[in-house]
Amino acid sequence: MTHGVATSHAPPRPQSFLRRNVFSVDHKVIGRQYLDLALVAVVTGMVLSWVMRFHLGWPETPVPGLGKLAPTGAAGGVITPEYYLALMTMHGTIMVFFVLTTAPFAGFGNFFLPIQVGAEDMAFPRINMTSFWVTLLALLVLLSAFFVGDGPPLSGWTAYAPLSAVGKDAGPGQGVGQTLWAVSIAMFCVAQLLGSLNFIATTLDLRTKGMSLARLPFATWAWFITSVIGLVAFAVLMPACILLILDRVAGTSFFIPAGLVISDRLQPHAGGSPLLWQHLFWFFGHPEVYIAILPGFGIVSQILPVFARKPLLGPRVFITCLIAIAFLSYTVWGHHMFLSGMNPLSATLFSVPTLVITIPAAIVTLLWIGTIYGARLRFTAASLFALGFVSVFVSGGLSGFFLAQPSTDIYLHGTYFVVAHFHFVMGVAAMFGIFAGTYFWFPKMFGRMMNETLGKWHFWLTFIGVYCVFMPMHYLGLAGNVRRYSAFTDDYLQPLIPLHRFITIAALFTGAAQLIFLFNLIRSRFRGPKAPDNPWEATTLEWSTSSPPPHDNFGGRPPVVSHGPNEYGGTGGGPRDYVMQADPQ
Amino acid sequence: MGKLFAVVVTVIALVSAAIFALHTWWLPPDISTHGSRIDRQLNETMIVVGILFVAAQLALAFFVWRFGVGSAATARPVKTFPGGPTPMVVLATVLVGIEILVLTFVGSKVWAGVYQTPPAPGALQIEVQAEQFAFYFRYAGSDGKFGGMHPDLMSDANENFFGLDPANDTTARDDIVVASLVIPVDQPILLQLHAKDVNHAFYVPELRIQQDFVPGMVIPLHFTATTPGKYELVCTQLCGLGHYNMRAFVEVKTRADFDQWLKEKAAAQ
Repeated sequence: MTHGVATSHAPPRPQSFLRRNVFSVDHKVIGRQYLDLALVAVVTGMVLSWVMRFHLGWPETPVPGLGKLAPTGAAGGVITPEYYLALMTMHGTIMVFFVLTTAPFAGFGNFFLPIQVGAEDMAFPRINMTSFWVTLLALLVLLSAFFVGDGPPLSGWTAYAPLSAVGKDAGPGQGVGQTLWAVSIAMFCVAQLLGSLNFIATTLDLRTKGMSLARLPFATWAWFITSVIGLVAFAVLMPACILLILDRVAGTSFFIPAGLVISDRLQPHAGGSPLLWQHLFWFFGHPEVYIAILPGFGIVSQILPVFARKPLLGPRVFITCLIAIAFLSYTVWGHHMFLSGMNPLSATLFSVPTLVITIPAAIVTLLWIGTIYGARLRFTAASLFALGFVSVFVSGGLSGFFLAQPSTDIYLHGTYFVVAHFHFVMGVAAMFGIFAGTYFWFPKMFGRMMNETLGKWHFWLTFIGVYCVFMPMHYLGLAGNVRRYSAFTDDYLQPLIPLHRFITIAALFTGAAQLIFLFNLIRSRFRGPKAPDNPWEATTLEWSTSSPPPHDNFGGRPPVVSHGPNEYGGTGGGPRDYVMQADPQ
Repeated sequence: MGKLFAVVVTVIALVSAAIFALHTWWLPPDISTHGSRIDRQLNETMIVVGILFVAAQLALAFFVWRFGVGSAATARPVKTFPGGPTPMVVLATVLVGIEILVLTFVGSKVWAGVYQTPPAPGALQIEVQAEQFAFYFRYAGSDGKFGGMHPDLMSDANENFFGLDPANDTTARDDIVVASLVIPVDQPILLQLHAKDVNHAFYVPELRIQQDFVPGMVIPLHFTATTPGKYELVCTQLCGLGHYNMRAFVEVKTRADFDQWLKEKAAAQ
């Protein structure tokens, strides 16, 4: 279903400053807005994690300045247990939704998917703009929970009912703050659903002449498949959040059973099921892991061949694996619930697809390693982060074997082993994908190059830093260290406190290294040397247009595609060792 | 740059793996009859995963070392991986596939042994009430029967944690309610887990057992402790601000000590 000459989906370039830069329907502006939003969110989420880590290492020591920022949660700078849990809840929610979903998928996807398929804009530019503004509103609603009377929510990013559903009786943070959380996430779901529809329609309907599905760049394949996952996953989380809001404000009992006594008050609820929330949440929650990481798969698979100067090994196998992962991602949610009280037989049934999903993931990893074989590997900040992605993805993926098996999950569930696992596999790996994408695409997005020396320093410090932060968390988990504790008062946890201090120091160090990135990002936006159209000698369509691309992406001349995205390493006798997609036959 | 990357990845992989292999931080000694099977499953997974981890990281490091070029690109032609993607697909499918089969067959038996087999006949039944932020334990008393639980009577202020109604319910009068889980060694124990308010969890690392409490459900959990001593029971399901401090002790006593303890508690009723 390839269009001939793309009809003009890009509305004419507006004249007013506001319509051009703020309330813009241009997918490139919207993509940058998503990335800016994610940057604000990631800085917030990271600062929250510093405060948490500082508190875990030295619970009695005041955090400098915090007493003024949070006079109730941290009077005199010393964090209360409820404030710790609130920071944790906000950290998780901000990072998962507003960083790991927003940046690699909505941000880069918005900017580059239309260009990579050769379109002038998204299929529905106004809906696209709506998605962004709803996302921003959702973030503001979430952050406003910091400023409401009884404090931000503290039931974790998973918001397990009935703690999240019964309201104020359950303690601080369970009042307005928790309602704001649910409203924010429901809004976020609406934005993602609209965004996913837009991505799917654009990929299927707006491809330029010659851009067959087989010629789609890997990043676009990944965004497309991620959209399909998101369409189903967010469509389940949104009603779940609405039911949660109803339980909280309208007196319904979807997630609250009869006979609960909280703070010595018999609750006026009957008939609900706490496990229903867990099923609905994780039916979204596990696909969400792939929503966070698959764009990283796509970005790395696009970047590695560019810097290896040879094609990605097994492109069709790669895409088949992505599709297999997408299907399997809907069958594994119960592995979060082995010990939840559901029928123990279902634990075995959920365990099998969870283990099977490692097969396509392992194949993809080997394809990357096989791509490096025989390469002429060039080292840039982008390629280093792509290679680092492979390393941290291996580390994070393999620890999943312990948690996918009910028999070993009995011991490790609810410990820092789980924290280590998901931070490596969806936090750090996805962040490495975002960093690789940023260093790779920055010249195209802003028309200026980033500083490579700073980029490489950023890589080395971050790469070593994340291993120092997250690898020891496996050891904590093996020693039985429970997660989500604001202090370690149990006797058996005392010997582990030095290890916690090591992690805290490593986290502060790694966090400080991100200032290099921030500096490089801001400075290069204004002072970086001018970028050529194709600085990395890459093949996909975004490199055939100017840096940055004009308003309608291709200056009124939609490209005609005659080649796949993967044609590197040729020795055709010409000066170039690659064939661009828009090159003539 | 490639050599530096290779060295860093190699060092990270070997140091990380060595700390696992040396058991620098490890599970506490197991004190349950079923725990050794969980430990064995965990050890076998650790060995297989450890080999895959080191192999994958070293392969990445070696290829980056071997095939990196400096800033001055040489004109060396690129090579395809021998056999294309097929060896990778076969390698991943066979290696991971075998691992999955083995782990699933062995592991599901271990799981079934803990969660899908009925408790031994004659297991000592103890009711557990989890609430923000404490555990309480109830023994049936001399009549061998538990009194009914009435949510409307549950009250921390009156220390009626289980909502008992001794005035009208004769079976409740001799029920023993304590704040520590005291059990005899080598005796099968059957816990019935109740949650009074929100989700909680029962986790004793030494017992190799973990299970959520879910409001509205009564969840059975059974095990046998093999070593007398005092162990910590902690909550692993986020339950509110006092979650970090929600704990109790599990006291495993010899049969004689346990009987003596129970007698004293019954006399104090």
